Amino acid sequence: MSAAMKLDPRDRGGPAQPLLSVEGLKKYFPVRGGLLNRQVATVQAVDDVSFSVRKGETLGIVGESGCGKSTTARLLMRLMDPDSGSIVFDGDPVGERAGITVNEMRRQMQMVFQDSYTSLNPRMTMAESIAYAPRMHGTPRKEAFDRAETLLAQVGLNPRQYARRYPHELSGGQRQRVNIARALALEPRLVILDEAVAALDKSVEAQVLNLLGDLKSRFNLTYLFISHDLNVVEYMSDRVMVMYLGRVVETGPVEQIYRKPRHPYTRALFASKPTLDPDRRTTEMPLTGDPPNPINPPSGCRFRTRCAFAQAVCAEKPPPLAAPLDGETAEGAPHLVACHLPEAQAAMGVSAHA
Amino acid sequence: MPDIGLAPAPTDTPVLQVDDLTVRFKRRNTDVAAVNGATFALRRGETLTILGESGSGKSVSLKALMGLLPGYAQIQGKIWLDGKEILGLPPAELAKLRGGAISMIFQEPMAALDPVYTIGEQIAETIVQHEGVDHRTAMLRARGLLERVKIPSPERRLKNYPHEMSGGMRQRAMIALALACSPSVLLADEPTTALDVTVQIQVLLLLRQLQQELGMAIVFVTHDVGVAAEISDRIAVMYAGRFVESGTTREIMRDPRHPYTQGLLASTVHGAMRGAKLETIPGTPPNLASLPPGCAFAPRCRYAIDACRAGDVPVVTGPTGAMVRCVRAAETVAA
Repeated sequence: MSAAMKLDPRDRGGPAQPLLSVEGLKKYFPVRGGLLNRQVATVQAVDDVSFSVRKGETLGIVGESGCGKSTTARLLMRLMDPDSGSIVFDGDPVGERAGITVNEMRRQMQMVFQDSYTSLNPRMTMAESIAYAPRMHGTPRKEAFDRAETLLAQVGLNPRQYARRYPHELSGGQRQRVNIARALALEPRLVILDEAVAALDKSVEAQVLNLLGDLKSRFNLTYLFISHDLNVVEYMSDRVMVMYLGRVVETGPVEQIYRKPRHPYTRALFASKPTLDPDRRTTEMPLTGDPPNPINPPSGCRFRTRCAFAQAVCAEKPPPLAAPLDGETAEGAPHLVACHLPEAQAAMGVSAHA
Repeated sequence: MPDIGLAPAPTDTPVLQVDDLTVRFKRRNTDVAAVNGATFALRRGETLTILGESGSGKSVSLKALMGLLPGYAQIQGKIWLDGKEILGLPPAELAKLRGGAISMIFQEPMAALDPVYTIGEQIAETIVQHEGVDHRTAMLRARGLLERVKIPSPERRLKNYPHEMSGGMRQRAMIALALACSPSVLLADEPTTALDVTVQIQVLLLLRQLQQELGMAIVFVTHDVGVAAEISDRIAVMYAGRFVESGTTREIMRDPRHPYTQGLLASTVHGAMRGAKLETIPGTPPNLASLPPGCAFAPRCRYAIDACRAGDVPVVTGPTGAMVRCVRAAETVAA
C-alpha cells in the first residue's frame, strides 16, 4: 500500500480503459395510491444516464435535490436494482454471466454516506465496524482487527483512543473519518462519496477534504464525488457532471464547466451561488420557482419550464448529450451539453471565447 | 463581564438591544454554558448575522430572544424590544409579543407550520389573535401577504396545506406568517440551509426586498459564510457562546482579525483553491460543559500564548465599532 502502487495487480484493461462505465441507467419508482393501492404515477428518478469514470480521476456529480445524483450512486452500488442499463467495472459487466458478480464489484467499489451516525451500527465499536466487511469476506479476526487499527490511524484517529469507542462517543467529523476507514477496509479501487462532507461544519469539512485528497494519492483511488455544494465539487473534481431531474445536462472537465458553462441550467446554478464578496452581491434571481416534481416531469428538455431560452423544439424531444453547438472542442475529456439551442449555449455571463 | 462590541450609534435608538445575555442548561450532572455574554443592538432596517458553527450558541441565542427555551434553561442579561424590557415577562405578555413585535422563521418550515391547517388559516389566525380583527379581514390580509412574498396564484395557495407546497414555497409561506403582524424584529434561524442553491438565492433576495419595504430589523443566524456575505449589514462571529469578532460585512470578509474568523474563512472552500491543500482549524470546538478558562479558542489557536489561557480576554473595539476579542488582537492585525 504505497504511492508506488501505480500498477494495481487488479487492473485489467490498462489506464485507457475506464474504471467504471455506465450506459443507459434508468430507475423509475412507482407512486401508489387510491383505493386498491394501484400505481398512480411514476417518479423518473434516473432516466437514461450514461457516463464513465477514468482510472485515478475524481468525477464530481452536482445537482439539486431530486436530480437523481444519490439514486445513481445507489444503483451503482446495487443497493437497489436498476430498471435497465449496464454497469461495466474495469471491462467486466456487473451482474452478468460473462462478467463479475455484485459482491465481487463491491469489493472494489465502496461508498461513504452523508449521515455519519445512521451509517454506523450503534452497537459496534469503531474497530468492529471497520473490521466487519473484511471478516465477512473471509479475513481472519485478528488480521481484520489489526488492519482496522491501522486504518483508524490512517484517517487521523489514534486507535488506542478510538478503536473501542461507540458511534455516539464521537463527533460528526470523527465518525465520518471512521466511515471513510470502513470504506477503505476492503481496499476498494473506486469510492463513491455521496454528500460525504455535507453535514460537517466548514472547519471540519476542510479537514475531511484534505484527508480524502491524501488517501486518494496514497491508495491510488478513484472517486465519484457527489455533492450539492458547487464550491466543494470544483475543488475536488477533475471532471464534472451536472444533473437535472434525473438526466445529465452537461459534463466535461472542471475548468470548462466552471469557466464556460453551456447549459442554461448550469449557468443559473452557478449564478445562484452566494458570493463571498459583499460588494458583488447577487441582485437578480437567476431562476424562479423550485425544480419541478420528478413525478411527470416536463416533456422534451426537462429544464424548459424554467429556461429563458425555451422554444417549441424543447418540448418536442429530449436534447441529446452532444458537443457544444459552437463547434469548440475541448482538449482531453470532451465537453458535452444537452441543449437544442445554439443561442442558449452561447449566452454567456463571462466573456466568451476565452 | 460586559461586552462593549456592537454598540449602537448614539443617535439612533435600537429596536432590539441585548445586553450580556447568558444561557446555561443546568441538569443534574451537567452544566452547559451555551451563551456566555452576548451583547448587541440593531436599528430599524438593519441585518445582523450571527455566524458560527454547530454548538456555537447562535440558535440558542435566538430562542432566548423569542422565549422559546425549555424551563430548565437559566437565562440572564437584559433584552429590550422597542425600548421595553422583555426578559422575564410573564408568559401571557410574552405570547403577545411573539408573532407580533418579534417573530421568527426556521430552517424547517415543515416542522414550523401546522400540518392540519391551511396556510391561509394559519396566517389569519395569527392576525386575529394579535389584532382582534374579524376572520374575513384577516384572510384578505393573508392573501396580500402571500402576494408580498411572491407566491404565485395566492388565492389558490391560501387553501393549500403545507404538504401540498414545495420546499421553497413553504419557506415563503413561513415568511408571510412571520411578517403577518409587521414585526419590528425578525429572527431568522438558518432559513435557507435546507433549500437548494437556486431557491436559496431567491429567498435571500426576497428577505432583502421585504426588509427595504417593511423596515424590520433582522437577526440572521447561519453557518454559511456566503449566505452571510449576501444578506448582512454586520456580522458577529460566535464561538463557544461568545462573540469573538464583529464588524461590518466588509470588515469581517475582507479583513478578519480574530484567528477563528480567519480560520473559518480560510477553510471555506472555493474554486480558486483547486489543487492546494485547504487550511484547516485543528481540533474540534470545546465542550460547553467544561469550557477552558480564558479564550475558548486558545486550544486550537496557533497564536495562543499563556496569557490567552489565564483569564478573561480583553475586548478591543476599533474606531469603526468593529470588535475583536483576542489577547493578541494588536499583533494578529499585522499578521
